[in-house]
Amino acid sequence: MVVDSVNWMAGGAQGSGVDTAANIFGKACGYGGLHVFGRREYHSNIKGLHSYFHLRISSREVLANVNDVDLLAAFDAETVVRHLNEVSPEGGVIIGTHQLGTKVMEIPTLPPEFKAEIAKFMKENGVGETLNDWLEHTKQRNVHVFPVPYMDLLAEIGEKLGIAQMSKITRMINVLTIGVSFALFKYDRTLAEKAVRETFAEKAKIAEMNVTALNIAYDYAMAHFDGFKHRLEKSAVNEERIFLTGNQAVAMGKVLGGCRVQTYYPITPAADESEFLEANQIIRSRNGEDEAIVVIQTEDEIAAVNAASGAALAGARAATSTSGPGFSLMVEGLSWAGNNEVPLVITYYQRGAPSTGLPTRHGQGDLRFAVHAGHGEFARIILASGDIRECFYDAAKVFNLAEKYQMPVIHLLDKAMANCSQTYPVFDYSKFKIERGEFLTEKELEGKEYRRFRFTETGISPRVALGTKNGVHWHTGDEHNEFGHISEEPLNRRLMVEKRMKKLELVLKEVPLEDKLKFYGDINAENIVVSWGSPKGAIIEALGILKQEGFRLGFIQVRLLHPFPAEEVKKALEGKKRIIDVEDNYTAQLGGIIREATGIAPNYYVLKYTGRPVTTTEVYKAIKNILTDKSSGKEVLTFGA
Amino acid sequence: MNALQMAFAELGLEPHQIVLVSGIGCSGKEAHNVKCYGVHTLHGRTLPFAMGIKIANPSLEVLAIGGDGDGLGIGAGHFVNAGRRNLDMTYIIHNNGVYGLTKGQASPTLRLGVQTKSLPKPNINEAVNGIALAIISGFTFVARSYAYDVRHLKDTIKQAIQHKGLAFIDCLQPCPTYNNVTTKEWYAGEDRKDASGKPQPRLYKLEEIGFDPVVRDWSEDFQKKMAALDKAREWDDRIPIGVFYKNELEPTFQERLSSRIPFYMERPPAKQKLCDENKFSTADLSEFIKELKAS
Ligand SMILES: Cc1ncc(C[n+]2csc(CCOP(=O)(O)OP(=O)(O)O)c2C)c(N)n1
Ligand code: SF4
Ligand SMILES: [Mg+2]
Repeated sequence: MVVDSVNWMAGGAQGSGVDTAANIFGKACGYGGLHVFGRREYHSNIKGLHSYFHLRISSREVLANVNDVDLLAAFDAETVVRHLNEVSPEGGVIIGTHQLGTKVMEIPTLPPEFKAEIAKFMKENGVGETLNDWLEHTKQRNVHVFPVPYMDLLAEIGEKLGIAQMSKITRMINVLTIGVSFALFKYDRTLAEKAVRETFAEKAKIAEMNVTALNIAYDYAMAHFDGFKHRLEKSAVNEERIFLTGNQAVAMGKVLGGCRVQTYYPITPAADESEFLEANQIIRSRNGEDEAIVVIQTEDEIAAVNAASGAALAGARAATSTSGPGFSLMVEGLSWAGNNEVPLVITYYQRGAPSTGLPTRHGQGDLRFAVHAGHGEFARIILASGDIRECFYDAAKVFNLAEKYQMPVIHLLDKAMANCSQTYPVFDYSKFKIERGEFLTEKELEGKEYRRFRFTETGISPRVALGTKNGVHWHTGDEHNEFGHISEEPLNRRLMVEKRMKKLELVLKEVPLEDKLKFYGDINAENIVVSWGSPKGAIIEALGILKQEGFRLGFIQVRLLHPFPAEEVKKALEGKKRIIDVEDNYTAQLGGIIREATGIAPNYYVLKYTGRPVTTTEVYKAIKNILTDKSSGKEVLTFGA
Repeated sequence: MNALQMAFAELGLEPHQIVLVSGIGCSGKEAHNVKCYGVHTLHGRTLPFAMGIKIANPSLEVLAIGGDGDGLGIGAGHFVNAGRRNLDMTYIIHNNGVYGLTKGQASPTLRLGVQTKSLPKPNINEAVNGIALAIISGFTFVARSYAYDVRHLKDTIKQAIQHKGLAFIDCLQPCPTYNNVTTKEWYAGEDRKDASGKPQPRLYKLEEIGFDPVVRDWSEDFQKKMAALDKAREWDDRIPIGVFYKNELEPTFQERLSSRIPFYMERPPAKQKLCDENKFSTADLSEFIKELKAS
């Protein structure tokens, strides 16, 4: 497999500026017309433990992560120990000279399980105990080592800027590594300067300090290092681009989609979205009259979901955003919203579970939970995005679905999408329409008797916002009659259950195909991949490589997970020789749903549950194994620190 | 319920301007019996629903009602946190000492050692003091009334609605079915007659003893709170009803939101247009895009 991208990784202790470095690096590449895909991994603690950011850079759009690292910018010794084996031949490692003598077994942050692994590695390969020994060992694989005397460089910066106190500038090691990196890649340093200035736009002094650091490091590397072959070259583009995370895309999509109340209780990896929304609370409007979104941090997720329902009943487009533990608490409220046909939107970022699980890691283990959560039977819609662009458009669309069909909608996402970042041409949002469904005004109600839950052919009863004149009505978690009053009459009960449930048929009838399924690759080939959510990017890239190698293969991305588009899925899968289900969970939950709904079962599985998203590299290898009949039927993926 | 209806009428509120949010308990169904918007919610969750409604459309008159189990047991977290926000709405707890709807278990306001009819053993938990909890949680109007004193209850509800900020009413309510301890007769003091055989009522009105609950300047706040807490401790022989604490100096949640969103009251979330006449979303994302720009 040929990787046609340059892959840069920054790693260090949480809080040492890895994220900032990656952001600057990504932006600088973007300014040079390059595409970037970034993956962020961090521990569930605030400071001290290992975190890293992998960036893939290419002149074409990059959709996923790969296993390779061409240049590893290590802020500390642990980063080297963790990622050295990922560095490709002819790749490089940037490390502080003061770290070289570090005895790897004495790195205090290494957990015992990992120490056992590296002890074994050292013994088997005869590698010595210092970081230097490790680096010498990889030179056998033609990996270049670039030791940087960070302390000397910092002293030089201090002198230049007249700062005596070193502690004030040690934070800038991250920017120094960027300077060294770009020098090694022979990349235009003015673009890096621009990115630094942009990142610290609000603090001119800090921006200048960092630009100085960047240049000193760049000059140092130009003067002292050679032999590194990877290059980053500017490429001319004539489109405007953005570099954003899934969290940010969802927040923007919500604004576009008319969300005006967002409730949340802080939880990884959802909270960043709410914070981004609150920071950008005032919404500029094309009609000149500003609007605004109210973001409320509630006391718990129970309050969050029910307050969002309340806001939706009052006529605002309202949402709440959470991950597994929070959604668990929302379930009773979801059931209430289902019973009362509330247009409630829940943005659900899956993460490593069960329980607190892997709070900052990835997983797709909650599909079944999202489909079945809540006591009793009620209608809901589950829409799953597969990339950051879809996160944006879907985050807007779900409000139309919720209001048109008057039911809760779960926008199902995952940690990989939440925290990965990608460059895109600026999203065209000029065509997005707000469809509020049957929503009556005071005038339309005049002189008529209003029944909130009126029986209709489609099951959809025209809605009225609380507070509307002539529209007084009731809601209750109990079974109710057309007015919304409690009723336990069996006939009414039957009709109400049917009214609520049959709306799902309408959803299946009306939702356009591209919101149900998306097709990629050679859909008529005898082999087909099915998946949902964030593995999409890696699958599409793997398909591209396999095509070049002569394999014919299609891919179906399932987007509408409930109500399940059984007919369309069945049509796409019928008669296939190999159906390969790719998911980031243990039980192949989509595979199970497909079998349940269509009677067709996937016969190959590619599964991953290490808490890390799948990479193009490993998906490619797994699918190739399957296509060449080397697979036992189930491929379990494991890549990633 | 009567008292609510009367209070609405006297305040000249029209049915469509009012939203009555109820929980699960004997009082839950009340939302269905009053002619106004009624939202009968989940056990313990009246306040979150009410909050969402009020924030989306602050012009609505929002009242939340629920049982003592609902508000001080399963919903206690919301009770405390509602105080931190001071939304301009009213919350009434029907305090009957028991879980009426589930057949008489102890509610959080039943005191230690008391054994009501359907308890197999005397209550092993001490009671929570709703009045005191409301005061220290930040409710800015805290009062108590009595279900059988309809006029007092109605007047208290009116004051609570007119209050600027979050109002709490602890409504003492005998439960003839399950609470054979704090009964109507007990409140009336029929178990303790004076020499002439006249019952000595337990309830007395704070206004009648000249108690002044109103904070007119922040410098008075601590003392007024302490005096109110002192009154909140009274139970058994003499039980105060009336207003314990009232403070309109504290900014309401609406005022706090308005300081960030200057047009919040005119164009709250439920009243924003979202789109043009052709339904195209009018949101202009250019500032977001500027922030995320990478080219
Ligand atoms: C989550 C949940 N748990 C338990 C119940 C059962 N339940 C219904 S009403 C109630 C207690 C009601 O007591 P209170 O709030 O004091 O109201 P009262 O009936 O006394 O007026 C309980 C526990 C429920 N409806 N929901
Ligand atoms: S008497 Fe008691 S159980 Fe009956 S409705 Fe009243 S509070 Fe509930
Ligand atoms: Mg009770």
